[in-house]
Parts: sequence; structure tokens; C-alpha cells
Amino acid sequence: MTATTETDVHEHEHGHEHGGRHPHVVPLLTYFLVFGALMVGTYLTVWAAGQDFGRFNTVVALGIAVTKATLVVLFFMHVKYSPRLTQLVVAVAVAFLALLIGGVVNDYYSPRLDGQMGPANIRRE
Amino acid sequence: MSEAAHHHPALAHHFENLGEQKEASSLGMWLFIAQEVMFFGGMFLAYTVYRNLYPAAFAEASHHLDWKLGGINTAVLILSSLTMALAVRAAALGNRKQIVLFLIATVVLGSIFLGVKVVEYGDKFEHHLVPGAHFQFPGPNARPAQIFYSLYFAMTGLHALHMIIGIPILLVLAWLAHRGRYTPAYHTPVEMTGLYWHFVDIVWIFLFPLLYLVGPH
Amino acid sequence: MTTTTSPLIPAAAPRQRTHYLNANYGVLSWLLTTDHKRIAILYLVTISAMFFLGGSFAVAIRLELVTPAGDLFQSETYNKLFTMHGIVMVFFFLIPSIPAVLGNFLIPLMIGARDLAFPKLNLASWYIFVFGALFSLYAIVNGGVDTGWTFYPPYSTSFSNTQVLAAGLGIFITGFSSILTGLNFIVTIHKMRAPGLTWFRLPLFVWAHYATSLIMVLGTPVIAVTILMVALERTLHLGIFDPALGGDPVLFQHLFWFYSHPAVYIMILPAMGVISEVVTCFSRKRIFGYEVIAASSMAIAIFGFLVWGHHLFPAGQSTYAGVVFSLLSYLVAIPSAIKVFNWTATMYKGSIKLDTPMLYAIGFLGLFTIGGLTGLFVAAVGVDIHVHDTYFVVAHFHYIMVGGAIMGYLGGLHFWWPKISGRLYPEMWARVAAVIVFVGFNLTFFPQFILGYLGMPRRYHAYTEEFQVLNVMSSAGASILGVGYLLPMFYFAWSMRYGAPAPANPWGATGLEWQTPSPPVTENFPVQPVVVDEAYEYAKGREVTVV
Repeated sequence: MTATTETDVHEHEHGHEHGGRHPHVVPLLTYFLVFGALMVGTYLTVWAAGQDFGRFNTVVALGIAVTKATLVVLFFMHVKYSPRLTQLVVAVAVAFLALLIGGVVNDYYSPRLDGQMGPANIRRE
Repeated sequence: MSEAAHHHPALAHHFENLGEQKEASSLGMWLFIAQEVMFFGGMFLAYTVYRNLYPAAFAEASHHLDWKLGGINTAVLILSSLTMALAVRAAALGNRKQIVLFLIATVVLGSIFLGVKVVEYGDKFEHHLVPGAHFQFPGPNARPAQIFYSLYFAMTGLHALHMIIGIPILLVLAWLAHRGRYTPAYHTPVEMTGLYWHFVDIVWIFLFPLLYLVGPH
Repeated sequence: MTTTTSPLIPAAAPRQRTHYLNANYGVLSWLLTTDHKRIAILYLVTISAMFFLGGSFAVAIRLELVTPAGDLFQSETYNKLFTMHGIVMVFFFLIPSIPAVLGNFLIPLMIGARDLAFPKLNLASWYIFVFGALFSLYAIVNGGVDTGWTFYPPYSTSFSNTQVLAAGLGIFITGFSSILTGLNFIVTIHKMRAPGLTWFRLPLFVWAHYATSLIMVLGTPVIAVTILMVALERTLHLGIFDPALGGDPVLFQHLFWFYSHPAVYIMILPAMGVISEVVTCFSRKRIFGYEVIAASSMAIAIFGFLVWGHHLFPAGQSTYAGVVFSLLSYLVAIPSAIKVFNWTATMYKGSIKLDTPMLYAIGFLGLFTIGGLTGLFVAAVGVDIHVHDTYFVVAHFHYIMVGGAIMGYLGGLHFWWPKISGRLYPEMWARVAAVIVFVGFNLTFFPQFILGYLGMPRRYHAYTEEFQVLNVMSSAGASILGVGYLLPMFYFAWSMRYGAPAPANPWGATGLEWQTPSPPVTENFPVQPVVVDEAYEYAKGREVTVV
């Protein structure tokens, strides 16, 4: 098993020939901690489904999912150690997803001339 | 050694050096993932709209899904993300045997996931929960429930398709790693495939609560 | 026409030296090429074919509309004609056109690179495009599609018995060509610029393509998944939009237009990039407001994602959402208007030369302005209620897409033809063709504004008597426009064999692409250039220096 100290791997022979950033090797401990957190999160997801948080049910479920996803992105996908540009791409993707969902859902939760919320052709429960 | 770096067999002629090539590959892969986010996003939008329109129907329909199987699959996929990350790490450290080991582990775990999905789909078929002419659902919420199942099959099907594409790629990588293709200086394909695999995991992280755990459980 | 020849690069006949066109011979050397310049030519051939296919549907439509009665085609057939005209022109011509042909050819040259970031992916993109086009051709040959290019359910999902699936698959597949091209451009522009070529020294053509690529990557997947859902509904009965199940067809419209509105910016931004290059060259003057134009390109790309609801004003969208989208639609016009001001200011006190590319550019300025302003008409909810689904909208978008985008495409083709082919096209014929296009275009589409305003609905093969005169004018204009489009086919082909050999820089333009021979060698630059000048250094008597 390789060492778990947080050292960068420097390819001294290849040094500056490849001109890019030196690869950052994430310590094993970090990976296992993240994995543990993800498993705990999965358990929490199931547990939370059995609770009643009232209006916040969905918020809690999504909150846990977002936290898990964030851990995967930052550590497994190395975004925490990635260049700014990569982080920007991630941010933009999330922003546009939010725009897509938020912008359309907005139509379903806003009033029409007759005062009714949402499309008239859909019978609500 | 600098000579070797300049003429590294993996260096494409239009790049100045391996570093530029790696940065380009990474940016390219992330852009691909960004478009995948929007791709799945369209279905997540449809889900969001209908869940808000038919909350009771969605809860009822969700109860017919086996959350234990879903939970096991979630754990399996998260574990496969760990093994994938370890494979990338092994490549960065030049540990050939470990790259192969972890890639194969990822394939095995991914296959278990797909096997469970086959079981689940078969179960839906038996219980007449596949949308279409043979759909049967008790109670007054049958119609919106059919929308739920349409989304269930569309979203998990699309997700499974991504895994079906990923697994052969992982096998090819494992073979190439076994042949010594990947070194600390060059292991970009392993990293990029890792990014893809983690993305597929993230999609499932959202699908599990949204499909299997709607309403009180 | 003055020609500026770099003393180091003689205007030798293209055949006497090796360049990208004659470096390899044989069909396979073209079909398996990874040279971005050859791939651009492959695209040029395929999209030209698609243009004439889409144009042939337009001919049929305009023929039918010469008389008020629906006497040339049955209404079902007519539905197929306008559907396929739209599908082919939008997805298989306009969206790829400038990026796939001019963008592919020029971006590496303009930034001093040897190729795009992913040359093999570039070739794959072309094959994907062709594969998608073949699906659409299959659909056309096997009965066509009659849903309108907009595929609205429930008609497209539950009722139409035409080739919806094949056409949808064709668009789905071709969409990935678009996504991968955009991805390639973004990475190339970020990572492969020559030393000294900072972001704000880039040609505005490159900025325009960068902004376009953002839209291609972020927007196209949405229509892809939407078409996928329609396909799943048609084949596997996964009723996501089915009203019988409680589904909402308006949800489809939201998803469809979330891409299809930004798509129109995919069509116009590259054309604007061409105009920036042409106007500055033929005014012999540095472009006015470089940074503002660059910023406007980005603003258009981003704002373009915020206005899709203006296609849904009468569809059942909430009034509140309608008002918000209307306001945003007014805002998105601002960066476009700023560009028109800046191009005009560039021409002011410039030394104007009316060569063919400049004729197209000036035509663009007028026609795009009209198209853009009429966009503001329809962006007002109160007006749109009356003109929605009338010929007013048809005229509006044709002014932008044909009067704008296609003029930009043709202007760009002419401007860079010497570089691409190593030959000069015949200037007189080209100017004649440009004027014919301009006249034909206006005669075709201006009457349609009036028709729409007077109430003639779109997508109808018959109309009432009072609309006939304007329809006849429009059809007459279409025949003139057709001549204008056919002429370049002939003289470009003629120039390949009989045109005068082109020097490296026939227009005396700035930009790295003009520092290579015409046509360039396969690797573009034997030695990577180092850039020391700002963009558009057209100050009198000063040679652009490249170290």
C-alpha cells in the first residue's frame, strides 16, 4: 500500500517539460473519509424518509443528496484541487440546471389573469 | 529524460507538451459532463413539475418501488466510485497492479448494480407497472402514477445506459493498464473515465431519494 | 481591387506547392482526415446539399402560395413541406453553417494553432452530422413529417402517423455533432492560443464562436433529451407529455424552447463574428469598441437563455411569467443593438471598399436591424397575441436568419474563399449575386410583415383572396432570391479551376490567418507565431507584424 502522507508527486525527470500542473495525489484517508460520509449520507437519506419534516421533507432529502454530490465532486472528481477554470465549468453547469428547472417551475407557480396558479388544463390534486 | 517527454508516444502533434494536452483533455471532459448535466436535467425538470402537480400519486407510486434494493444499489455505486478514485490514484502513483485491480472492482460493482436493476425491472413487469397498454394501478391516482413510472423507466433507463457504455470502457482501460500503458506522467484516460463514472454516480445519488423515497416511508 | 502581398509569400499558383488540398489524394485521405481545414470542406459540401434540399421545400411552399386556393398540394402534404423546410434549414443548415465550415477552418489559423484541440473528435462530429442527416433523409423519403419543426405534443406523440421518430432521431444525433463542435472550440480557444495572443487580442470572430460554443454545449442537450422523451412516448408509451394521463404539453414547449431560443443565437452570433471581421477590413479602420463587442457576444449568449418563454405567450403560460420573459426579451436586444452601433461607427470616416464581402455586411446591417426591431414588436405580449402564428413572425425570423445569418455566411465565404481555395472568385459576378440576393430577399419577406399584420396565419396552404397580391410578390421575390443563391455555386466552382491564384492576403486584412499562404499548408504554421500586435491594427501604412 502506498504512503498516505499528503505529498505532491513531483515528476522531477519530466519536470517542466509537460508544462502543466503536477498531479495532486489525494491521500487515502481523505478518500475513505469521504466514502464513509457518503455511506452515512445514504443511511440518513433513508432515515429522513421515515420522518415527517412537514414542508421541509423534500428540502431535507435534497439537502442530503446535494451534500453527497458535493463530496463526490470536490474529492472524488478532484475539483477541490482543480484549476479555477474547471471550478467555473462546474458552477456554470449547476447554474444552468437551476435556470432550467427554476425558470420552468416558475410558470407553474405563478398567477394567471384569472388569478389561478398554474396551468388551467391540469387538474390539481 | 526531457527528450522522452518531448516525444512521449501519447503526445499528439498539435499540442506543445503533455501538460497542455492533459489540460485540454480535462477541460473537454468537464464540458462534456456539463452537457450531461443539462441532458439529465430535462428529465429532472419533468419530474419536478409532475411531482409538484401530483404529490399524492407520486408518493403512492413510489411505494411500489423496493427502497431496500435501491438503497443497496446506492451503496454499491458509491463503493464503485471509491474504487474508481483509487484506480486513478494508483495510476498517478504508477502502481500497475492496483490500477487493474481497482478498475476490475469498479466493473464488478457496476455489473452488480445493473443486475439489481434487471431484477427490479422484471418485478415491475410482473406487477403491471410498466406504462402502456398493460399498465394497472389501483386507486384513483392511476393516471399520474403512470407518469411517475414513465419517468422512473426513462430516468433509470438513461442512467443504466450510461453505465452500460461505461463498463466496456473500463474494461478496455483495465486491459491497457495491464499492458503498462499508464504511468504517472500519462494516465489521462483513466482520470477522464473516472470523471464520467463519478458523474453517473452523482445522478443516481439524486435518483434514489427522488424515485424510491417519495412520501412517508 | 488592391491586393496586398506579403513579400515573403509569393502568389504562386496553388498547384506548384504543397498545401492542405493537394497534400494527399484519394477519397480516403478526405474521409479519414483529421485536418480541420479538410473537415471544414467536408461540412461545406454536406451543408450546401442540405441547403438546397431545404430550399426545394421552400420553392414548393412559395409555389403553392401563389394562389389563394390550396390547389397544388393537399393540406397534409403542405404540412409536411413546411415541417421539413424548417427541420432541414434549422438543424441541418443554419446551426452548423458558419461554425462547422468557417469556424472549423479559421479558428486554429486565427489563434496560431496547428489544429483544433481534438482533431479526431472533429472528424467524428462530421460523421455524426451525416448520420443524423441520413436519418432525416430517410424520414423525408418515407412519407415526411407533418408536425411542424416544433414537434408539439400531443400531436407529435399521440396522433401524427408520419415519420416523427426518424426525424426526431436525426435531430437528436446531429445535436451531438453540434455539442462536440462547441466543446472542441471552447477547449481550443482556452488552451491553444499562440504566445502573445491574449483574450483581448483575439479576432472578434473567435469571440463570437466562443460565445456560440457555450450555447451549443449547454443548450443542445436539453432538446436532445426532449426529443428522446417524445420518442419514448411514441414507442414505449412512456407518457410524459400525454394529457390523457395528466401530462402537460406546455411542459414540452418549455423544454423545446429552452434550447430553440438560444439556438437562434447559435445561428446569428457566428454571422456577427464574420461581420466584425469584414466591416473592419473594408473600412480600413480598427473596429469601434472591441471590448464592448466581445462582451456583447457573451451577453447575448447568456441572456439568450433567459427568454424562451416569449414563444409561449399564448400557450397557457402564466401571465406573470409572460411579463418577465417579455422584459428579458427587450433586454437581450440591447447587446445586439450595441453591435450594430459599433459596426456603423467603425464605418464612419473609414475608407470604405465595396467588395462583395462588404456588400453582404452592409446588407446584413440593414436586414438584421429590421429583423431585430420586429423582434421587439413580437416581444410585447399585447402585440404578440395578435401576430403569433401569423406571417409577421415568419418574416421576423427570416429577416434574422436569412437576411442576417445567411448573408453573414455568404459574406464570410467570399471573404475567406481565397484563403480556403487558393483562388480568387470573379468579383463582378459576386457583386451581382449579392445585389440579387438583397433585392430578392426583401421582395420575398417584406410583404410577409404586412401579410402577418393583416392577419394571414402561417402554416396554411390556402388563404383568403385579399392576401394574394402580397403572396405573389413574395413568391416572385423567392425566385429572384433563388437565382442569387445559385450563382455562387457556379462561380465558386468555376474559380477552383479558372480563378486567378490568390495571394496570401488579397484584402490586406489583419489576422494570423492572412499570414499563411493561400491555401495554407496542412500544419498551418511551420513555426508557431508569436503575437505582438493588438487586434485590427489598420492604422495607415503600418504593416501588421508577426514575429
